[in-house]
Amino acid sequence: MSEQMIPLTEIREKKARGVRPSPEEAPHPDLREELFELEARGELIVQRVPEPYVEVTTKFGRTKKVPIDHLWHHKSCGQCGHIPGYTTSILWLNRQFGIDYLDPTDQTSCTGWNYYASATSNAVAQLLVMCRNFAAAYETGYYPLIHCGTSYGHYKELREQLVHHKELRDQVRRVLDKLGKPLVVPEEIVHYSEWVHVMRHRIAERQVIDMRGITACVHPACHYYKIVAEDAIYDPDIYGGQRTATVTALLQALGITVADYSTWFDCCGFGFRHILVQRDFTRSFAVLRKIEVMKDEANPDMTVTHDTGCVTTLDKSQFAARAHQRRVGVPVLADSQVAALAMGAHPFRVLQLHWHSTDWRPLLEKLGIDWQKYWAEFEEDLAAIERGEKPGLTWEDAEQPIAMR
Amino acid sequence: MSAVTWSPTKSGQRYADVPEAEKRALFEEVKSDPRYPDFLYGCYECGICVSACPSARFYDFSPRVIAQALAREDVDRFYEILMEDIWNCAQCFSCVRCPRGNNPGGLVTLMREVAVRHGLERAQQALQGYSRVIYKIMLKGNQVSPDMLQPDFFPDWGPWVREFSRNMAAWRKAIPVDTLRNVTDAAWRTDDKTLRELYRIWFETGNMEVIREVDEGLYELLVEIMEEELEAGS
Repeated sequence: MSEQMIPLTEIREKKARGVRPSPEEAPHPDLREELFELEARGELIVQRVPEPYVEVTTKFGRTKKVPIDHLWHHKSCGQCGHIPGYTTSILWLNRQFGIDYLDPTDQTSCTGWNYYASATSNAVAQLLVMCRNFAAAYETGYYPLIHCGTSYGHYKELREQLVHHKELRDQVRRVLDKLGKPLVVPEEIVHYSEWVHVMRHRIAERQVIDMRGITACVHPACHYYKIVAEDAIYDPDIYGGQRTATVTALLQALGITVADYSTWFDCCGFGFRHILVQRDFTRSFAVLRKIEVMKDEANPDMTVTHDTGCVTTLDKSQFAARAHQRRVGVPVLADSQVAALAMGAHPFRVLQLHWHSTDWRPLLEKLGIDWQKYWAEFEEDLAAIERGEKPGLTWEDAEQPIAMR
Repeated sequence: MSAVTWSPTKSGQRYADVPEAEKRALFEEVKSDPRYPDFLYGCYECGICVSACPSARFYDFSPRVIAQALAREDVDRFYEILMEDIWNCAQCFSCVRCPRGNNPGGLVTLMREVAVRHGLERAQQALQGYSRVIYKIMLKGNQVSPDMLQPDFFPDWGPWVREFSRNMAAWRKAIPVDTLRNVTDAAWRTDDKTLRELYRIWFETGNMEVIREVDEGLYELLVEIMEEELEAGS
């Protein structure tokens, strides 16, 4: 077909204008209004977003409040279990900014991973796990910040079910009564990457590592922006407002070049059950649809994402693919790790890069970071622990940015 | 897994020996879930869900066919999907970009729940390798823990899995987060009271009965430990 038959100029102009959606065009009513109505009827308590907060816009132009302070860190089992530098980086950033936060022991996984993988649960049990965690946060007075993309998406899905189905609410309330807990739902379900997003300019102000020579590809987490799509942050200045803005806006604020690639929308291949027991699917999808496409189209220095499953899948799937001469070798980091690294966090005490499989050394070398020096320091830490001289690393050991020493 | 291959043209022929009433009863159970009307509105057959679906690229799997079969209330086709397809879904919910507002991933979840509740052999087969994760979540309140990083479980993740495993004790002590430091059998340190509340939830919501359908041995092991803990805490 010729250019005359397809109005390419008009299409390009339309795309360049950027999407500025209106809340009236949203396909579903604002769930928060329904939450407040239920609260007015005495059915539940809505935990308000505490001040200070930043207002951002979501996919259909609604405003979402993202709290800055007084945070209850709803941790992620996948992050804490297999990628601990993810969690350490989030909390390190909190500490650098003097945020009043809580790292609770009265918290379980969301159990969403198990639910999506195995179906050995049911809607009421899932809701109760969520509500028990939310009640635990409410009792402390801190506001939940959800670290895991799946917990975040799962909770949004469950919150909708709780609001729309009285029979589920009644069943949940009966069990919560037995546990002596109130039925509490936060006003906003907030993902940690949204906190990083609203903090990005403050992070950039304290940047000590020059990242302008770096090119990155972004992989957004399916459970962040696909389940209950209305709640994800969009910005007309990022991808013309047609894709979610979290992660990308942070990287741009840090001076990193974000390179687009054609399978941006695709899932990483995690698959829940698949990553554990049917990994041929996971590996194939991660390498063929994501890493190789990024490599061919953008050749990035790193891939940055914001979910546990995505970091795990994209990072770990690259090793086996090397045996088949696939085009792999892209280090995978979370946005919190990149933000912490930019502010001078220690690559091992904070970023815990030794838990990652795909080689991150070329990235650190390109950033001018002498990783051998910091690894030697970390090995000394480990030796001191082994000798019983210290029980483990504390925040005192990890607090100071490397450039300040 | 069955060697039967997906063939859209042979709908309803593969399980002709299964009574229609049995298929209908299972379908009605899925349909009666309160979430069902939120997940299915109808299907334009536009195929947008298929174009976004990772499983459609790697398996004979189609979210469009699932939405279609359920919208038409084609119980023969529904039964084939229940027996052959549902465990291939990656639960990424890319399919919810459906312009009609369908949620095929959600429909798969409902079908999986029914398959597990009835202890269907195919569900038991699909979950055979998954019992250690179920055990972990039921007892520890976490789905993933550092001690799961074993070379025999993740041989394709490369030599680093051996490193994680070998250095686990020291590396976990070298994490400055207070709730993670020195914890290897769970993702973070969880209060006993929190775990007992979780155990109450599993019993009160009938979830233990679900586990019994899929793995009787696992169920007995879990019940014994949980009941002992609940008694100790009461």
